[in-house]
Amino acid sequence: MRFHRKGEWRIPILSEDVLPETESLKQTPLHALHVELGAKMVPFAGYDMPVQYPMGILGEHQHARAGAGLFDVSHMGQFRITAPSYDAAAAAIETLCPNDFRSLKSGQQRYGFLTNPKGGILDDLMVTRDGEVLRMVVNAACKDADYGHIAGHLPAGCKIERLDDFALLALQGPKAGAVVARLAPASAQMTFMTGAKLEIAGISCYATRSGYTGEDGFEISVPNTSAVNFARALLQEPEVKPIGLGARDSLRLEAGLCLYGSDITEKTTPVEAGLSWAIAERRRKEGGFPGDAVLQKQWAEGVSRKRVGLLPEGKAPARAHTEIANDEGREIGEITSGGFGPSLGKPIAMGYVATASAAIGSAVNLMVRGKALPARVAKMPFTPHRYHRN
Amino acid sequence: MGTIRYTKEHEWVLVDGDTATVGISPYAQEQLGDVVFVELPEVGKKIEKGKEMAVVESVKAASEVYAPITGEVAEVNNALTDAPATVNEDALGKGWFAKIKLANKAELDGLMDEAAYKAYVDGLH
Repeated sequence: MRFHRKGEWRIPILSEDVLPETESLKQTPLHALHVELGAKMVPFAGYDMPVQYPMGILGEHQHARAGAGLFDVSHMGQFRITAPSYDAAAAAIETLCPNDFRSLKSGQQRYGFLTNPKGGILDDLMVTRDGEVLRMVVNAACKDADYGHIAGHLPAGCKIERLDDFALLALQGPKAGAVVARLAPASAQMTFMTGAKLEIAGISCYATRSGYTGEDGFEISVPNTSAVNFARALLQEPEVKPIGLGARDSLRLEAGLCLYGSDITEKTTPVEAGLSWAIAERRRKEGGFPGDAVLQKQWAEGVSRKRVGLLPEGKAPARAHTEIANDEGREIGEITSGGFGPSLGKPIAMGYVATASAAIGSAVNLMVRGKALPARVAKMPFTPHRYHRN
Repeated sequence: MGTIRYTKEHEWVLVDGDTATVGISPYAQEQLGDVVFVELPEVGKKIEKGKEMAVVESVKAASEVYAPITGEVAEVNNALTDAPATVNEDALGKGWFAKIKLANKAELDGLMDEAAYKAYVDGLH
């Protein structure tokens, strides 16, 4: 048999000519801990990362849905953008992103993306207002490009810093709130998409109540030098188990969340991707971001394809790049993420289809190994979000 | 029953008379992780050594299983359709994929015995 592990974790935009095999992989501050915990390590976005621990992807997935899972996401990029005021920093970022960041109050977090002049997505990201500072978390594979792009467009008096001395850990699951509240009682006041400085196990950190699993949880930025002690303190809590990138991917797919480089790319717009909800009315009207005219035209006239959820009717998973055809056998799109949804016990996928076939319940065929497998366009998320809202 | 033999692609073959039972090795299932789907060949299909015979899918990826020998599919393990995790639990037993009516017994000579396969797998690390 042939294992498909080598390419499996390579982000599509990082083709082999961009990242030669010989280039040594970077390590996060938790690398030795992953190895100690028995993780299987794989290359991901230039880092040697844990794809799974001895529990296995299925078990880890179920654990994050039932308890609390600890993820090392230190490979992601953390930036700090400062200006004479928060508003000046947010206004500068709004020239690169279609989202509304100026209206954030301190401690609020918002999802957004960088766009190109064609309205395509350069990266998706999280912005948090921390007093007068704008904090940003971006994807690992894009962080160098994002930094250069943002740095090259900031006005005088506005500065971007890479927080390379900080690790990022996520604690996700229905018991994450109780675990963090035990170690940092102040966290109990935090709701979904807010951020605050906390002290956890004696370590000062910046936490946001957000994540990439559809569950309640936190993403916590800690100094590299404290990362191992911090992770060990969380792993000592009875509800907490380490979770690898394998389950991170199946969890986010069930939650209907996009993977940059697969579901959203430079060639997909936020309108096609169904992410218009992240663009406030003020920005839609005013524009003033790369690709504004393209997106305004798409809002006015509609789009020819849309990102949708797909539920295969059989048991065979349909993977990324699988062709989607209509009943007459005509190609109408392509799967961008697909696999097995452990919480549903059956295959799930997302992809782009022609708008005529994008309605919930539309019957389509997935062309897997030369066979047409029936599937239906389905509502996402596949598993309900369970965020800790007000 | 005869002795178990392995391919370099991590399939196993156990010959009984003119028929061979085939599956994937414990090493292969461990490398794959949790198996969530198995696509088996149809009974009666002629298969050729080294060509794709089945597909096994983990949570993350699909992998082809190659025919370790040439012959005709006599029986497939339909129990894997409802319980694909059997491949993880008992790769050399209840997790078998298919029984093949052998076309050329001499092909077996090119396969590794248990000791040779173990040495081969150890050499992969």
